[in-house]
Amino acid sequence: MENLIETSLYDEHIKLGAKMVNFAGFNMPVSYTSIKQEHKAVRNNVGMFDVSHMGEIIITGKEAQNYVEFIFTNKVYSLKPGEIAYGMMLNEEGTVVDDLLVYKFSKEEFLLVVNASNIGKDYNHLVENSEDYDVLIKNASDDYSEIAIQGPKTEAKILELLDINLADLKFFNFKHYEYRSHRLLISRTGYTGEDGFEIYGSSEAIKNLWKVFLEGEVTPCGLGSRDTLRFEANLPLYGHEISSDITPLEAGLKYFVKINSNFDFLGKQALEEQIENSLTRRVVGLELTKKAIPREGYIVYKNDKEIGYITTGYYSISLDKPIALAMINRPYTKKGTEVSVKIRGRMIPGFIRDKKFLKDKK
Amino acid sequence: MSKILEGLYYSEDHEWVKVLEDDVVLVGISDFAQAELGDVVFVDLPEEGDELIKGEEFGAVESVKAASDLIAPISGEIIEVNEELVSEPEKVNQEPYEAWFVKVKMNNSKELKDLMDHKAYKEEISE
Repeated sequence: MENLIETSLYDEHIKLGAKMVNFAGFNMPVSYTSIKQEHKAVRNNVGMFDVSHMGEIIITGKEAQNYVEFIFTNKVYSLKPGEIAYGMMLNEEGTVVDDLLVYKFSKEEFLLVVNASNIGKDYNHLVENSEDYDVLIKNASDDYSEIAIQGPKTEAKILELLDINLADLKFFNFKHYEYRSHRLLISRTGYTGEDGFEIYGSSEAIKNLWKVFLEGEVTPCGLGSRDTLRFEANLPLYGHEISSDITPLEAGLKYFVKINSNFDFLGKQALEEQIENSLTRRVVGLELTKKAIPREGYIVYKNDKEIGYITTGYYSISLDKPIALAMINRPYTKKGTEVSVKIRGRMIPGFIRDKKFLKDKK
Repeated sequence: MSKILEGLYYSEDHEWVKVLEDDVVLVGISDFAQAELGDVVFVDLPEEGDELIKGEEFGAVESVKAASDLIAPISGEIIEVNEELVSEPEKVNQEPYEAWFVKVKMNNSKELKDLMDHKAYKEEISE
């Protein structure tokens, strides 16, 4: 067996009998009981995820703000301390190195939360592009454990179990809190399309919280439901909707790119050129009209012509129908376009639709 | 611990074969297989009258996470398909030994000898 990294909650996962899997070199839980049940717990109640595999990189220094502005697609100058922005880091070519959250402590201190699979690559990218800036870049991933607690009843659950009142913490804001002498960083963020929080702390603090939440009947959820939940909420996953071959414009993430601002950022020129030459493909929603499951990598056709591929697809747990995100060539990206997906040698009919899948929920 | 029924034949692809009479059998997937797959959300079945060729794919069972081909453990003609599984795929998880996929009239019942009995299958999955 390979040497997999264990998070501080590894023993808890084993105790609960989780099905474990190698995810980006980490030995992580896919599910504890059933992906469906865990998915529904988050949509209707409260669930928690071990997300300690996520990477944390801290940027400090006099020029930290200008530097982060340069390597990040979204605006940070307009953030107040305690606010968070979602965005991406790009190559010179305008394709995505990673997507991340940027937490602003001050003009001189930022926390970057990046994907587990990209920690090493991101760190190198950050260092390589820091020459002109007086900053210190520290990979602090080993210092942090993290859990995400998600679902419509999360705020009430945290008040009940931890006696921490998060009613005033706004979406995409963070603050420090004390719990039994542990210092926690809590942000109102997540990856499920539901209200919820992400909690960062020492491994001891996070182990402690996990046990309290478990006793408080919060459903432990694995990477399986993390993916089905983020997919239904149209949240991109690196390696699927975005990658080093895909630009944010192609992924439909222009909203998170300060393309019209005066700030120069890495990859901006390539994106401007892409706009000028107009996009040739884009990530869209797709729905099948026949029962079958459009999975990642399956080819999409218009008549007999290949026009794209599925980036993520499921038989949606919340909507009870087969839906997908797909990278489709223009001009077939128009809503309502009839297409087919080749599934085990057969052409299954479907159509292009919007990506706001959860809107279909009654 | 996975449940294994006595009296059934098992394939390396984790399917079971239950002999109903002479050359007529039911085919399904084992408790071990359904647990490995997780929540089954879709069963893609062949049609009545289709030919089953040992070792070849004849349909698929799909969980939330993955699609898994069904591989014919024996050869023969499909004389009935369990349509109930199309509307209630979760039966595969709930009662794997009741949730048969196809009823087959074998054209060579000697092929059963190539399959494992419950003891051999138990060893197979404990490896």
